[in-house]
This record gives sequence, structure tokens and C-alpha cells, in this order.
Amino acid sequence: MSVTPFIVLSAILFTIGCVGVLTRRNAIVVFMCVELMLNASNLALVTFSRANGNLDGQIAAFFVMVVAAAEVVVGLAIIMTIFRSRRSASVDDASLLKY
Amino acid sequence: MKFDAPHLEYSQLAPLLIVLGVATIGVLVEAAVPRTQRYAVQVGLAIAGTVAAIADTIWVFNKLHPWSGEAKPGRIVAESALTLDGPAIFCWILVLVFSLLSILLFAERRLEGGVTAFAGQAAALPGTEAEREASTRGLEHTEVFPLLMFAVAGMMIFPAANDLITMFVGLEVLSLPLYLLCGLARRRRLLSQEAALKYFMLGAFSSGFFVYGMALVYGYAGSMQFDKIAFAVSAGSGSHALLLGGMGMLLVGLLFKVGAAPFQAWVPDVYQGAPTSVTAFMAAGTKVAAFGALFRLFYVAFGGARWDWMPVAWGVAILTMVVGSVMALSQTDVKRLLAYSSVAHAGFMMTAFLGARSLADIGPGEIQPVQAVLFYLTTYGLTNLAAFAIVTLVRDPSGEATSMSAWTGLGKHSPLVAGIFSFLLLGLAGIPLTSGFTGKWAVFTSAASAGAWPVVIVAVLGSAAAAFFYVRIIVLMFFTDPVGETSVAIPSVMTSSVIAIGAAGTLVLGVVPGPLLDLLGRVAEFVR
Repeated sequence: MSVTPFIVLSAILFTIGCVGVLTRRNAIVVFMCVELMLNASNLALVTFSRANGNLDGQIAAFFVMVVAAAEVVVGLAIIMTIFRSRRSASVDDASLLKY
Repeated sequence: MKFDAPHLEYSQLAPLLIVLGVATIGVLVEAAVPRTQRYAVQVGLAIAGTVAAIADTIWVFNKLHPWSGEAKPGRIVAESALTLDGPAIFCWILVLVFSLLSILLFAERRLEGGVTAFAGQAAALPGTEAEREASTRGLEHTEVFPLLMFAVAGMMIFPAANDLITMFVGLEVLSLPLYLLCGLARRRRLLSQEAALKYFMLGAFSSGFFVYGMALVYGYAGSMQFDKIAFAVSAGSGSHALLLGGMGMLLVGLLFKVGAAPFQAWVPDVYQGAPTSVTAFMAAGTKVAAFGALFRLFYVAFGGARWDWMPVAWGVAILTMVVGSVMALSQTDVKRLLAYSSVAHAGFMMTAFLGARSLADIGPGEIQPVQAVLFYLTTYGLTNLAAFAIVTLVRDPSGEATSMSAWTGLGKHSPLVAGIFSFLLLGLAGIPLTSGFTGKWAVFTSAASAGAWPVVIVAVLGSAAAAFFYVRIIVLMFFTDPVGETSVAIPSVMTSSVIAIGAAGTLVLGVVPGPLLDLLGRVAEFVR
């Protein structure tokens, strides 16, 4: 079985996530796009694990999931705080620090 | 089915375990100890843990026999997840010393009138009744100490990692607590929260790149371990495109943490918005960890593909130095200026990265790149911690006065503080007889002997431009008449000792750099 289609799919997902981070304005959506990037990486890891015939990639995928979960906790806490102080979760509005 | 218990070298890993243990106990202290006693318990615990970890790290370091001619190279431990070689253990010592100094800055209570510089209650909205109440009741977040210890543990894992998974976990363990710490300032909370948001968003974005790069390199080499990746690279098997893509994406993740251009956009905003003690910790500690990891990954795992990444590294080094120096020229805020100076310094450290060459080409007594960058990190960290400590002292009624206009004429009414700050700035500029000069000399020599002459010329010009904006502040402090109601607060012994140690380090390493350089020369060898 060829692994190429899976890698191509993961590259497409990664690109969608990447473009999403750069273009979307809502912090939650930006954050979802980051998660999409991480999950695209997971797909690539699992695919390569199958292609290489060892389990390192699958273990790495688990580590990425755990870290992503920890990142969600911290990230949503920060986004919540900033939403409560500004009544807005737009990343464009947070612009006091510049130049 | 038979399971083998992993074999861990507990005596070698003890410093890391102490730090993680203290962090975990710190979390329990938050739950179990009454509010009035938490500050004392947390500070005592953090300081005791860090001191114990430093002592233990020195004991582990001694086993390499670094003081004599026959230094041992170190070994790979914890089922080949971590490497305890000279550079890794020296990074541990640096990170732990910097974190000890940062704990002293975190614990400073005298400047804010009896409370720390962290938010009384982070959940209370800025400008509301709840915030005023938290303030009048004298609440403070003592969680910052366990958060700091977790970040320290990440900073220790990151440069010692021997496979990509461990490196990724180290990266996140170091980053996540820092995102939170950035958002916890007591004053100017909107700025602080914005800094946390920006740091988090861009940090998560860059770790996405790191993970994808990890997947591609794994696809290329069939393993996450650095020695096996190095073997696959030298064998030249597999698709070269996977290797190039993977290396590029891993480089993005690491350069982001280092704060090198073109991934430097977060540095000024985060350094300015975060509480100053956190900025000091980030600037000193993260640089050590990230440069340690960058050198290990690219020298050990991708050393064989040097001709592929070297041109990119040249470009990044030049761009970082130029962007840092040029942008710093137009800054009007002291913290922001120090942030751009940190970008420029990341560029200077990148020049040492260009000194990579095969061991056979390094003559006896020549400065090696790892030796040079470790020396530079030592000098930069000490100088920077002291400089940010001084930034916490210059205040007006609304808190720290970081605008440069508030610093005019500081030398007239506080000659001591202005004098020390001027000395530290000269150290950052790299004037002879300060540690900055020796550090720059070391990294430039290392790059030049590997043939990176054009970069060294740009670096010297960049240093000249950088000297201009440092001197501008000195002129502002001493040769301009004071305006406004800026005053210099008298700190407790904690901040004073950080300033004293930083300034002393800047002076001593500038006047007698020999012993440390020799020591680093004996241990600056990665175990592969």
C-alpha cells in the first residue's frame, strides 16, 4: 500500500491550518487552525510509522495529542481572559503593543 | 509478552527530578498552605530546590572531569532520551543560576509596597471592583513560583534531548508556563494579557511547524533518535526532499524560540508587555535552552547535511543582526529597546552557529562554535538579568516608567543606578573590558575560522550600529536635564543582589575570561 496519498492529505490539512492561522481574525478560530496543523502532523507521523515499520511515530502522535491538550488548557485560559477584559476575541483588536 | 522496565540513571538525572519535584510540591502548597504563609513557603521552596539542583548539577558536571586536561565526553542516559554531555550540563548550570536570580526578582515585594509585581487575582477584570478588592486585600499569585520551576524543567530538558519527541516535550514544558507568566502583570494588565495572547498564538503556530518537521524527518530517517538520523543523513538513503522539508520546519520552530529574524515579531511585544521579572527570566533562560537545542539538533543529527542548512543559517544570522540593530535605533521604550537588542544578540550568537565544521578541521586551541556560544550565553544572561532588574527600579506613580523620556536625567539624581545601567549597556554593546566584548570576540572568531567572513563583517558593522543606541540612553541619562516625576525606588536585598551579581559577572568575565573559556573548551563536545 502506498503511503503517498496519506502524506499528501496531511500536507493539505497542514496548509489549510497554516493559511487559517494567517488569515482568520478570531482567536478561537486561529487556535483551531493550530490544532489542525498538529493533527495533520499526527497523520503524517502515523503514516510514516506504518511505512517505516516501527512504532516511534505512533508514540510521537500520542505525545503530540497530550501536549496539544495541555496547550488547549493554557490557550483557552489566555483567550478567555482577554475576551473578558476586552469583550472581543479578535486578534486584530489586541494592538496596544506596537512599534 | 515480556516487558522490560526502563533503566533510568537516577543519580545523573537528579537535578532535573529535583526541579520537577519542587514544581509539583509547589502546586500542592497552593492547595494546602494558608494564604498568608504561601509566599514564604513558595519562595523558600523554590530557592532551596534551585540551590540543591545547582549543587547536584555541579556534582554531575564534576564527573566529566572538566577541570583537568582529560575531560570525559559524557553519556547518553534515560533509554537514550537525554544526553548528559558537557554542553547539556553546562546549559543546566546556566539555566539554574539564571532561574535562581529570577526567583529573587519574582519575589521582590518592596517595589510594589508589600506585594509582588504579579496580578493580585488574574481572574479579576482590569478596572473593576473585584480587582480593587484583590488589591486592597493584598492578594498575590504565588503560583508564579511553581510555573517558573516547570519552565526551568523544560529549559533543562530542551538542550539535553537526544530524540525529537523529548525535544518537543521539552519545548512545550518550557513554553506553556511562560505564556501564562507573561499575562500576570499587576500593572498595565491589558498590555500584559495582550503579550500573553501574542506569545501564545505565535508560539503554538511555531510548534505546529516543529511537529510537522519532526514527522518529515522521521519519515526520512525512520527514527526520532539523533544518532540514527545522523546515520541516515550520512548514508544518504531516502527522499532528500523529506529531509530538506523536515530540517526547514524544525529550524522554524527553533528560530522562533531563539527570537531570530524573520521570526522575531513576537519578541518586542512580549518583552514589553510581560512583567519585567518574567522578561528577564525569558530573555536569559529561553535563549540558553533554545540555542543549546538548536546546536545539538543541527550539529549532532543534521551535521552531515551541513551544506544544505548552512546558506539558510548565513541568511538568518545576517538578517537577525540587521533587523535587531536597525529596529532598536528607533525605539522609545527601554524594555522594547532591550528586546530588539536581544534580537540582535540572537544574531550574534547565530554567527557562532556558522562555525560548524568537521572536528578534524578544528586546530588545537581554536575557539569551537559550541564553546563560543556557551560563553556568549553566560555573559548575555548575566548582563541582561541585571539590566531588566534595573528597569524595575525606575518608577513613576503609575508603576515602572519604561518610556525613555522618563529616563532623562536619571544620572543627575541617581548616579549609582544610572552608572550601573550604563556599564551594563556598554557590556551589551561589547565594549572592551566587559564580558560582551569577549563573547563577541569568541563567536566572531569561531565564525571567521570556518570561513564565514561576510557574516563577521556584517556582525562587526551591526555591533557598531548597536553601540549607537546603547550610548544614546547613556547620553540621555547623564547629559540631559531631568523631566517629570520619575524616581528610583530602593529595592530589597533580593533585586539588589541580582543587579550586583549581574554587574560583577559582566566585569569579571570581561577582565578575566580565560578560566571560563578554557573550561568550556574542554567540555564543548557533543556526545553523538
